[in-house]
Amino acid sequence: MIKLNYTIEGGDFSRAGYASSQVKKNLKQLGVDQKIIKNIVVALYEAEVNIVAHAQKGNIEVLISPTGVKMIVSDQGPGIVDVGQAMQVGFSTASEKVRQMGFGAGMGLPNIKRNVDRLDIETKVGKGTTLTMIKDF
Amino acid sequence: MPYNQEFIHALIVDDQKCIRCTHCVKICPTEAIRIVNGSVVIREERCVDCGECVRACPQGAIDIDHDDLSRINEYKNKVILFPSVFWAQFPDRLSEDQVYTALQKIGFTHVYEVEQPIAVLKNVVRKQIKSNQSEYPIISSFCPAIVRLIQIRYPSLTENITRVKAPHDLSAHYILDKLSADGLDPAETGVFYVTPCVAKIAAVKSPVGENRSIITGVISPKDLFNKVMSIVDDIQAEDCRYLRKELTKEGIQWSLTHGETWWQNTRTMAVDGIHNAIKILERIENDEIAGIDFLELRACDRSCAAGVLLPQNRFLTVEKLKRRAKRYPSAEKKSQTEGDERFMHLESKVLTGEINPRPLLRFGSDMEMAMSRMQRARNIMCHLPGIDCAACGAPTCQALAEDMANRKAKMSDCIFIQQLWQKNGKVPAEKAFKRMEKKWGEKRFDPDCTKIGAKNETNR
Repeated sequence: MIKLNYTIEGGDFSRAGYASSQVKKNLKQLGVDQKIIKNIVVALYEAEVNIVAHAQKGNIEVLISPTGVKMIVSDQGPGIVDVGQAMQVGFSTASEKVRQMGFGAGMGLPNIKRNVDRLDIETKVGKGTTLTMIKDF
Repeated sequence: MPYNQEFIHALIVDDQKCIRCTHCVKICPTEAIRIVNGSVVIREERCVDCGECVRACPQGAIDIDHDDLSRINEYKNKVILFPSVFWAQFPDRLSEDQVYTALQKIGFTHVYEVEQPIAVLKNVVRKQIKSNQSEYPIISSFCPAIVRLIQIRYPSLTENITRVKAPHDLSAHYILDKLSADGLDPAETGVFYVTPCVAKIAAVKSPVGENRSIITGVISPKDLFNKVMSIVDDIQAEDCRYLRKELTKEGIQWSLTHGETWWQNTRTMAVDGIHNAIKILERIENDEIAGIDFLELRACDRSCAAGVLLPQNRFLTVEKLKRRAKRYPSAEKKSQTEGDERFMHLESKVLTGEINPRPLLRFGSDMEMAMSRMQRARNIMCHLPGIDCAACGAPTCQALAEDMANRKAKMSDCIFIQQLWQKNGKVPAEKAFKRMEKKWGEKRFDPDCTKIGAKNETNR
């Protein structure tokens, strides 16, 4: 079992993607199937962008075992008011500024769901959100 | 099909010349080089023969495994196959005919430039681009260092490498066919290739996707350049135009950056320099680049003009070839007026077999074990200073941690850890110094005024 930890600062879009590219590097070194790596990287990247776009600060914990990967992405952000709505393609609460940078198209959570085997969302308005994603090898 | 899957490398390190300066260790794009017990060790499974280490070595201690010029005498028909970039090494005062005649005087019975049957490559690559079904672009197989890099670092992209022979191999087929049509015995014919770089030597010795190359031997351009220069002013140039009648604009520029893309009408991209190529491959693998049909990647900045074995400056070589290309017809025009019939039989020979991935698994192929080793390496990284000085013989602290996790290095290899241990009274100074000498060689730390920048610099 390998545990990888990353701290994510909100607001800096140029840094979004660091954790997912590091995780990719590690999975490649372990010989994980490229298609599965791609799913994991896409899901994690979307989660990273969510932290950068919506929260001040967040944390990513990645647990790699011989059978799969578990990713716990938690932030101290605004929380999600209506999870069902957030899961719909095209729904977004991103600010105009974030949209102008090419993010906030409302694809994030649906895209994550498509790429992992399990997605749990735990959220509290005003406190933050924790995504737990599982992808089996 | 089971092809020769062993990488045979063309690099030889001269321990006498090597001063263990770690330039090569740090520059290697695949982290294949270490210093172990006072010697440079190249990890074969990682080396892609890019030749960056040869370029970086200030001592000229990394030699290339090539054939002696005298080997041509073993054959009745002595064929020289040289790339256009080799011609560009010569000063402007020499004409093409002077160089060709000099090569004949040196003993070659048949003189050919590699890039002659390039029209065949153009056609086949076009077809492969058109029939590409995958989401990734077709990647050129031209640069052997890039092909090997993709095999070990981007295994999922191997399927997208064009399955066409290198120009030198195709040319050798073209010439051998021509000569046997003229009644010459192939058994008495030796084809010698003048190679601009290390990767192409390795490609001749162990071609990827083929069992063996039909090239007989490889000749160093430096030796041949010197030989030509020593006789060229005393000989009468003969008219050798007939030997260049298949040469085209595209052929002459094929080995330069954009050589495989400028004439194409699909979306293409050309990238040179192995570190640039790595960045692009990384993004292709992540699906971050869409819509590109064809990707030309070359390990050397300025492509083959920068071949590590070539004596001339890369920019001057590019300029000279561009100038030369203007004097030649385009392959397009040539095939319109003359047709491509004379090359047709080559189309069946141009294809190679499958290019297999050879993923480099840094912690071994057993995933469970790899995980525990990787975790160990990450724990070790907490203790290493992160200075990446290479004074341990590994290129970075992370590489040292990886070696330690694989039980190929020790914590005491780090000079900073040694200092710390001495400060804490864990290791006596004498013992710490002994360890350094074991790593770097005895008397390595005695004053030596012959080194570069010292009082009596010596050209070793």
